[in-house]
Amino acid sequence: MTQRARNWLLIAPAGAWLLVMLVVPLSIVFVFSFGERAPSGGYVPAFTFEQYANLPARFTAFQNTLILAPLGTLMALLIAYPLAYQLAVRTSEKWKTLLLVLVIVPFWTSILIRSYAWIFILGGRGLPALLESIGIDDVRLIYTPFAVLVGIVYGYLPLMVFPVYVSLDRLDKRLLEASSDLGAHPVTTFFKVTLPMSVSGIATGCMLVFILLMGEFLIPALLGGGKVFFVGNALVDLFLQSRNWAYGSAVAMMLIVIMLVTVTLYMRLISKLNVQRDDAALM
Amino acid sequence: MEDHISKQKFMQELRRYQKGSVTRRHFLGVTGLGAATAVMGAAVPGLRATTAMASDIGDRVVLATWPNYHDQANFDMFTDKTGAFMQVNVFGSNEEMLAKLQAGGSGWDVYVPTNYTITTYVEEDLIEPLDLSRLPNYDAAAFDKRFSDAGVVDGVVYAVPKNWGTTGMAVNTSHDGGKAFTSWKDFFDRTMDDYSGRTMVHDYQLTTIGAALNYHGYSFNSIDEAELADAEKLLIDVKPHLFAITSDYQPAMRSGDAWLTICWTGDGKQLNTDIPEIDYVLGKEGGELWSDYYAIPKGAPHMEAAYALINFMLDPEVNAREVMAHGYPVADSRTNDLLPEEILNDPILYPAADLLDALEFGAAQTLTDPNRAELIARFKSA
Repeated sequence: MTQRARNWLLIAPAGAWLLVMLVVPLSIVFVFSFGERAPSGGYVPAFTFEQYANLPARFTAFQNTLILAPLGTLMALLIAYPLAYQLAVRTSEKWKTLLLVLVIVPFWTSILIRSYAWIFILGGRGLPALLESIGIDDVRLIYTPFAVLVGIVYGYLPLMVFPVYVSLDRLDKRLLEASSDLGAHPVTTFFKVTLPMSVSGIATGCMLVFILLMGEFLIPALLGGGKVFFVGNALVDLFLQSRNWAYGSAVAMMLIVIMLVTVTLYMRLISKLNVQRDDAALM
Repeated sequence: MEDHISKQKFMQELRRYQKGSVTRRHFLGVTGLGAATAVMGAAVPGLRATTAMASDIGDRVVLATWPNYHDQANFDMFTDKTGAFMQVNVFGSNEEMLAKLQAGGSGWDVYVPTNYTITTYVEEDLIEPLDLSRLPNYDAAAFDKRFSDAGVVDGVVYAVPKNWGTTGMAVNTSHDGGKAFTSWKDFFDRTMDDYSGRTMVHDYQLTTIGAALNYHGYSFNSIDEAELADAEKLLIDVKPHLFAITSDYQPAMRSGDAWLTICWTGDGKQLNTDIPEIDYVLGKEGGELWSDYYAIPKGAPHMEAAYALINFMLDPEVNAREVMAHGYPVADSRTNDLLPEEILNDPILYPAADLLDALEFGAAQTLTDPNRAELIARFKSA
């Protein structure tokens, strides 16, 4: 067998997987998006741009997703970074494993159950009752954008902690000592050494969380009470309630396009940052 | 058959049985447990197989149904009697149930469609005609025709009645300032006033659009475009004042977070029993009268078990226990004979005739109308 043939053989399983699990379903969705809804629901073949023309009817869903997904990602980063920093740089080896396990533990329970728990915490007999006892009346938390934000940050936090942790853990601690020896203030060291060295971890974490959040529907449904609608909820609705597969497919295509564009722009930005850092390192 | 079975062979058979690739009878026979059970059964009367047990129906039955709609004790009893365990899938709307069956491979053996969906299931070839000889507990003459005739399409019985009920509203009266709710006009007007932020509506089209149509004095089933436009405007105006859009409204009503919701008979009864200040009210403009059925989807994987389950549930004694548990009335006079007076006289379960007469059964085109489907989707994503 030639080297070339062997290479193809090695790629084949992954290629087949990609074809069956990604290319074929996506092609079906693409074809469906030009079709029409069957009279009692479902799909009939057609060639029309009507579904795409109707996309503005889901404007609010796209708007909610495009505001809350980046905001949730940013909040998760702001909470995860100090945590990951503490774990990677300040914690002794003895405690590290235990604390890391504690970060993973929530992942062992279904997100459905953990979100239900938040319904009780944010509901009238939870936090609002507590606030009332200290004199802050009539606070509404459940079924608000705030509740959804809390739910998504809570749910996706571990996905942000790990990539950032890994990048900080790999950081050569001698660089921090060197920076300090050369007279840099700890804050300067953080911004000039630690932060730039962890950009790849931040980038990975943000991508992971953002891409998953764009498709989220469970947390908005449970903690948003059907009022804080994501594109994911619109899709569930279009396929399961309106049974309009053609329109659902068009909405799904739109979501994919938006994701491809934002992720590409984001990757460009990150690689630019990395290039600048390399330039700085050369000087 | 051998007298002995090796450990490995036994475990293999057990695995196959657990995966459902062999029947219980095959498993018992091959492993010799059947013979052992028979010997034990003969010696211990309590272990003697019942007739249902003898007519091997498989190891499981999958039921697709609605929330708060069964008595778990009856399910346990069915499993004890037949050896088939019950797998229950709970749904929020007929639309969702139809979508799952249209997509194929639901894996259900029995489902619980509502009156207005059955002709659609027949048209789409998603429902099995029932062989009544396999349902000895079904007695057509015992049922009030008003609540059983939707199960018969073109003279063929596709579904047998489960329960009937109404769709009204549940109101927490401790906040109504002495002004009782009597209409859908009250429902929406006060949602925008003293009940603002405290109201819930269902998250699917039939009842939520229906109530908004009733507000304007239109038919609950209207598919007239101008009337639907009025309903949509009302719903969009009300949306900022809603607490939630959900069919799972009991938790928020019980915790006191919400004070008002669109509500079905049984949930209204359950809430009222536990929290007397929550009242169940029918809108005087009208609303929905409905009847749910037991049916078998085309190509159900456990057909024997499906018939066994439906027959079991239609046993008047079993059915009476169901009513006591979920609080939805049945149309079966044999079951009603077994129910206590206070249930038969309960105004939530059996509303006054003038209120009942104003109600409408949902229509098939109400379920399939694309404009209603798109209206509710626009309302939810607004």
